[in-house]
Amino acid sequence: MTFQRTKRDWQSIGLTAFTATATAAIVGIVLMILGNIVWNGASQMSFRFVFGGTREGMFEASRAGVFPMIFGTLALVILMTVCVLPVGVITAIYLTEYARAESAINRLIRGAINNLAGVPSIVFGLFGLGFFIQFVGGGIDKLFYGGELHYGEPALIWAAATMAVLTLPVMIITTEEALRAIPKGLREASLALGATKLETIWKVVLPQAIPGILTGSILAVGRGAGEVAPIMFTGAAYYLAHLPTHWTDQFMHLGYHIFVLSTQSPDVERTKPILFGSVLVLLMLTFFLNLAGVLVRARIRRRARFGHA
Amino acid sequence: MHSVMDKPIIQISDLDFWYGESQALFGVNVAIGPHRTTALIGPSGCGKSTLLRCLNRMNELIEQTRMTGQITMNGHDINAPDVDVIELRKRVGMVFQKSNPFPKSIFENVAYGLRIQGLKGAELEGRVERSLRKSALWDEAKDRLQESALQLSGGQQQRLCIARTIAVEPEVVLMDEPCSALDPTATSKIEELIQDLKQFYTIVIVTHNMQQAARCSDYTAFFYLGKLIEFDETTKIFTNPGHKQTEDYITGRFG
Repeated sequence: MTFQRTKRDWQSIGLTAFTATATAAIVGIVLMILGNIVWNGASQMSFRFVFGGTREGMFEASRAGVFPMIFGTLALVILMTVCVLPVGVITAIYLTEYARAESAINRLIRGAINNLAGVPSIVFGLFGLGFFIQFVGGGIDKLFYGGELHYGEPALIWAAATMAVLTLPVMIITTEEALRAIPKGLREASLALGATKLETIWKVVLPQAIPGILTGSILAVGRGAGEVAPIMFTGAAYYLAHLPTHWTDQFMHLGYHIFVLSTQSPDVERTKPILFGSVLVLLMLTFFLNLAGVLVRARIRRRARFGHA
Repeated sequence: MHSVMDKPIIQISDLDFWYGESQALFGVNVAIGPHRTTALIGPSGCGKSTLLRCLNRMNELIEQTRMTGQITMNGHDINAPDVDVIELRKRVGMVFQKSNPFPKSIFENVAYGLRIQGLKGAELEGRVERSLRKSALWDEAKDRLQESALQLSGGQQQRLCIARTIAVEPEVVLMDEPCSALDPTATSKIEELIQDLKQFYTIVIVTHNMQQAARCSDYTAFFYLGKLIEFDETTKIFTNPGHKQTEDYITGRFG
């Protein structure tokens, strides 16, 4: 018997070529989209565009600015994180540390989370309008303000709450994965030293899970910065002369601004540079938010590994 | 039985234990004497680790387990409804098979149980130092207390786990195959340590290593298929076992 190759493995060669082409196609599509945006948007980039307001004219390429939209998007994302982080983490702790793995309630909650993840985002928008604005906000107004409108209208806080519901599944699932990855031995060691379950979760489990929790937050923020449908009815404004100063104010949002520019503009050709510029700013904003999250996570991971936490 | 057994610190009576439908322990009776080292030996799956984990009620963490019979410590039923399991675990410490230091500094590992009890400052530091000295780790660790425990070698990590356990000043220390993942040098260090610790603590050790049981224990219990086959002084078990199965096991004919 020899080891001489008698025939080529055509199947293997074919499959390699096929998968390589598919990968190249995906990379190509991404590069085309990015290239198109950068090519068309770069000319619009300037200090005035990024830090300027809209008062001088929203549809004038030479005078429009997107700072109010950047501000609104950041405010939305921050408020959303404040809402989704505790709820998501606490739910994940319940599911992994307290609920019995095979109990009916556990399966029910898990089913609900999976279904929530599959709901179209526009439905979240309508839910936010019906539940947060009319029911919760309207209820607050009736109870505390004698029916005078304070909370019962679209506002930053309701848009953030709606976005928090939308990003809740990803937050719960990533936190759960992080909690499950912690070795059982660490929990047992803590309990065997006379720690209560709560002390064990607080001092051993959660510190270990922080990188995973941050991953969840990064994914949530990435989603929250880009989604437009959930905030259309719940707080985003077409145009505002002032920056929001309170969470009951409406706000302008990069994604919604892009939608407005592309559908409401009186002259599409003239607003095209602003449109592409805004898209580029949104992409960069998402990129920097992600980058910041990844850097913080890497730092914490390094600290956890070398034990100075 | 031997005179030291007149006043056992732990008395296990008629213990049956189930994981779901499968029974792991059958009518086990063992008395554990104070300031003695008791070794639990037997082939894998014989129930020795299960028995060990009954003594600090760690089995409760596993779903669908149940037990009947009684375990008393200093005459008190440890499974009585009014027993605080947290208090019990402070008095019955445990060292695990796989060394499991917290991903914290060496100091914080030993301080963990003490901080939970509310100790602070100089008292805390004193207790940490004493525990590290007792577990023969002080000389190696004193200059790197703030370094991560995960940077220690495997044997050092296991001694750190022992230091962490005795820092809480338990009466009984349970050890579940503490040397199974260690090299011979690290193992002999732990064995020496077990000899030293006997004067302060009652030690119950599960081991697969016959020589280890012979070297460090005063009493040995041999288990087979969930039943206690023989329990006696270690010298007796290893020189003149009363049962054929015990003899076969310790001479390496099965298991």
